[in-house]
Amino acid sequence: MAVIRDMMPAFELFQPASTEDALGLLNRYGSDAWVLAGGLDSWDWLKDRVKRPSAVVDLGAIESLRGIRESVDGLAIGAMTTLRDVIQHTNIADQYKLLSQAAESAASPQIRNQGTIGGNLGQDTRCWYYRDGWDCYRAGGNICYADTPTAMNREHCILGSSRCVAVNPSDTAPALVALDARMVIRNSSGERVVDAQNFFIGPNVDITRMTVMEPGDLLTSIQLPATWADARFYFEKSRDRLVWDFALASVASAARISNGTIEDIRIAVNGVAPTPLRLTAVEDAIRGELINDQTVELAGEIAIRGVRPLAHNGYKVSLLKNLVKRSVRGTEA
Amino acid sequence: MADYKLIGKDYSTADLVAKVTGRAKYAEDFRAEGMLFTKLLISPMPHARVRSLDTRAAMAMPGVEAILTADDLPEAEAPEERALTNEPLYEGEPILAVAAVDETTAADAIEKIQIEFEPLPFSLDPLDSLRPGGSNARLEGNTMSGRDLLNVTWDNVDWSEVDNGNLPTNGEVTDEWEVGDVEAGFAESELVLNETVFMQSLSHQPLETRTAMAYWQNGKCYLHVSTQSTARTHGPAASMLGIEPDDLVLIGEYCGGGFGSKVAGSIQMVIPALLSKKAGKPVMMRITRQEENFIGRARPGQQARIKIGFRRDGRVISLDMFIVQDGGPYSRSGDFMSSGDQASIMYQPLNQRVRGISVYTNTPPRGAQRAPGGVQAVAMIAPMMNKAAKELGIDQLDIIRINAPEGQASFGRPREGSQSIVSSAFVKEALDKGKEAFDWEAMKAKSGQKNGSKVTGIGVSLSSYAAGTSGMDGLLIIRPDGKVCIHQGVGNLGTASVFDTARAAMEALKTDWDQAEVIWGNSSKHLPWSAIQAGSMTTHAHTRANWATGLDAKRKLQEIAARDLGGSPDAYEVSDGRVFRRGNSSQGMSFARAAERAIALGGRYDGHELPEDINVMTVNSATALAGRGLMGVAKDNFETSGRNISYAIGFAEIEVDVETGVVKLKDYCVSSDAGTIVHPRAFAGQLHGGAIQGFGVALGQKWVYDRRWGLHVSKRFYSNRPPTILDVPHEKEMRWVAANEPDPFNPLGSRGIGEAAQGAGTGAVLCAIADALGDGYFYRSPVMADMILTKVEGLPTAVPKLTAHA
Repeated sequence: MAVIRDMMPAFELFQPASTEDALGLLNRYGSDAWVLAGGLDSWDWLKDRVKRPSAVVDLGAIESLRGIRESVDGLAIGAMTTLRDVIQHTNIADQYKLLSQAAESAASPQIRNQGTIGGNLGQDTRCWYYRDGWDCYRAGGNICYADTPTAMNREHCILGSSRCVAVNPSDTAPALVALDARMVIRNSSGERVVDAQNFFIGPNVDITRMTVMEPGDLLTSIQLPATWADARFYFEKSRDRLVWDFALASVASAARISNGTIEDIRIAVNGVAPTPLRLTAVEDAIRGELINDQTVELAGEIAIRGVRPLAHNGYKVSLLKNLVKRSVRGTEA
Repeated sequence: MADYKLIGKDYSTADLVAKVTGRAKYAEDFRAEGMLFTKLLISPMPHARVRSLDTRAAMAMPGVEAILTADDLPEAEAPEERALTNEPLYEGEPILAVAAVDETTAADAIEKIQIEFEPLPFSLDPLDSLRPGGSNARLEGNTMSGRDLLNVTWDNVDWSEVDNGNLPTNGEVTDEWEVGDVEAGFAESELVLNETVFMQSLSHQPLETRTAMAYWQNGKCYLHVSTQSTARTHGPAASMLGIEPDDLVLIGEYCGGGFGSKVAGSIQMVIPALLSKKAGKPVMMRITRQEENFIGRARPGQQARIKIGFRRDGRVISLDMFIVQDGGPYSRSGDFMSSGDQASIMYQPLNQRVRGISVYTNTPPRGAQRAPGGVQAVAMIAPMMNKAAKELGIDQLDIIRINAPEGQASFGRPREGSQSIVSSAFVKEALDKGKEAFDWEAMKAKSGQKNGSKVTGIGVSLSSYAAGTSGMDGLLIIRPDGKVCIHQGVGNLGTASVFDTARAAMEALKTDWDQAEVIWGNSSKHLPWSAIQAGSMTTHAHTRANWATGLDAKRKLQEIAARDLGGSPDAYEVSDGRVFRRGNSSQGMSFARAAERAIALGGRYDGHELPEDINVMTVNSATALAGRGLMGVAKDNFETSGRNISYAIGFAEIEVDVETGVVKLKDYCVSSDAGTIVHPRAFAGQLHGGAIQGFGVALGQKWVYDRRWGLHVSKRFYSNRPPTILDVPHEKEMRWVAANEPDPFNPLGSRGIGEAAQGAGTGAVLCAIADALGDGYFYRSPVMADMILTKVEGLPTAVPKLTAHA
């Protein structure tokens, strides 16, 4: 059978007006259903006919999934809130600037107008082999095309790979891990809340998924606790192009500093592993330490322990080290 | 400068409102009664042969109406390309087209087609093909010499040198020339630089893909296309369809970018036309972005060895260029020889040798891209000029100046013993203006400054390219309502030159632009023979042709006035829509009245008699228009001398973060010498737009191929990384200045600028990166974050310097 790409096939489109209706549809269609948020990740897959769901559930009409509300402990961000609305929200810009910065680094202004925070977190990897429909491990095959002697893998993993060497592409993910956010997930049997750092899963857990979300699940909101409000934040994303590009590596940190001493800190990186990684070993090593060259250097060294670069991505080791050092220092250099 | 009424002034082009409001209709926007849509089955392999094809299940689907295969097309002789093929030579090459009631059905039908391929050996990299035992992209041979395909293998080359990133220069080439004695020149040089350099292949990436729609009525084919040049697409399209030009109506009023990839439309435009004939219904072929990445043409990459010998004062004594070109699978690209010519213009070496070979690869077809060969020359040589300046202790601007062409400088491959000359060069004047506008002395002081992990680099580069041709025709009608209708055979590809050059005719008539109407973009509208709308030819060629035409109309107006009002024609002046007696403006007549008189007089006044030297296309158009008013029609017979070349000098400030490898462009200023500026806003658009395209060459646009499978992995628009508007400097606005010295061989003094603009952006940024990080750093474009970090941190190089598409 001949193959054709970049041409969307027909599917059944549902546009439920409530979360309950959406969950009903997801339950009914199970793994044949595709959840559509802003469409920036989805349309690629559908147009390339690589993923062939029979039903697409568009969340665009569900008002309750949009918007940012104050909660008992911090903020609750509806999963369908656009990245632009996250960036422009005064409270986030004032108290959780880490998230604004991360969201603003995503893609392009046009994409941020359309893309949602839920979609940004749940998006699939950008491994160019996998996305082009190669029959790799992640697609159900038995090889990783990005990890062969001739593979082109400058944008792939240096840490935590397991058969698949693809990385998580989300820009907001490391910020939310650093901010200790929680993901609220609903399905037809109820609701569960998952810590951001546990929301993302690697190929060692399930090679076909990037998050804990299973068929029937819906990410409804992100809870942002007040714990890290007004902390000292650092976010940086390195990329080839200043706009409309995924991270070669990114870092997000939230720290409480007192008289030059790190009272507490959370650091997360992305673009280097199958999931956003919280660097607990670094955090543990520098908690209580003065911010000085020695501490910064130590953080960088610990961050790259265990790295296994591929043929074309050795530079990511230096990049990761340098970004983590900056995130501890709190400034670029 | 002459006191012009229109030339040198800003104005709004006739298509502007339609474009910004979306009313402009591009090929994809047309619909015809009963129109079908077609989708393409493209090759999933870099080189293969269709072993078996079974379309029965597809044809049996409701809504599927016809399938076009290569067997329906005329044969072509290797290495020429056909719109469909049974032996695809690159991933993405169209094999067949299915027409159905809608695209969904056509795509579903393609998935029902049983097709078996026999994979054939492939080659992605010219050096792999030249290496003994390497496979070739084409079964007939890996290169072309003259008209012959042949197989060249470098048996005598030390391949371990290639593996170490050094290109030997003793391999066989197909083309070479020498002027002077390069070896003797090196012997007397104070400094000799000898570098292996690499420049990538790049897709054109016009925002409008090469969509086309066609239908047949009463034996004529109506073809809606995206093309750069209307008059020069009409003939080739008719020929590809096997019909007479009279039987083809070609419509292409708007074109969303071509950059050389749509000079004469696209070879694939015949698919909807032939499919429409087969199905008996109109057929629309919308080309997707992914298909555009495959079929949309690309600039050939080059792997080269460049050796330059300098005098102590920076003057280039000898330049030796040895170029291996990535030729793609079809035809024969002459970029590598053009690189030699452009280097000759820019650096005026006293002795020069150019040797080269273009090798076929199983990657997308190559075509001319904005300054073909010129951008490659700048990208490869400008950083070496920069290095030489540092080693000799010379200012970067001064090394450009001492080598810059001046006046009617000579250049290039000698023909019949002598080199070509340029029509004019005011590069030194442009350098002075650019130096001031960029504030060179102050900026130079910032070179190498460190701000934390960020290092500032300042770069400057000269870029030259062809900028005009001559001998084209112009055609206008002054109608009895007083309107001056200027017919233009050049296309409307976004540069504004289809309108700008029409203003030359109105300038000759000294009449307001409001009184003009430009007729363009449709072969049934009686268009004159025109230049290809490419290679920055148009502004020069058609200011001349329209000036000649305006003067012809002016003379006829004067003659009619003299005939009716007495006296000699020379006693009459033309301006503001009237012809009148000099010194007594009340004695005269309006254009409207003169048009009526022209019709009454007939003969040469209304187009019933035509000049003998105009092209047959113009004759046909003028004949159709005869009797409608006063006709201005003429061939451009103005004096020429030398090749029209324009020049741009880019100045860039960049900041490199040595801890992340990220390069940020902080400031860009460009100076230029392109003769008299016809339309400043459009001129600026070319200088800046070209520069931005050039930034992509320097900083990130490239292809990545998996060498095991021969497949393109960065074919998405975002992973191909062309520059965006947010990648340009925004803390400071990009600026431009110009020498604005008239070219002595154009009565209006103008030349084109689009081509030279790109290399200026590329060269300035590459030199700025070298300035920030130290010379001799890369000599490979694009320079990306991974390359910078690898160098700064002293890591083993991930990609060998000479490897293509990595």
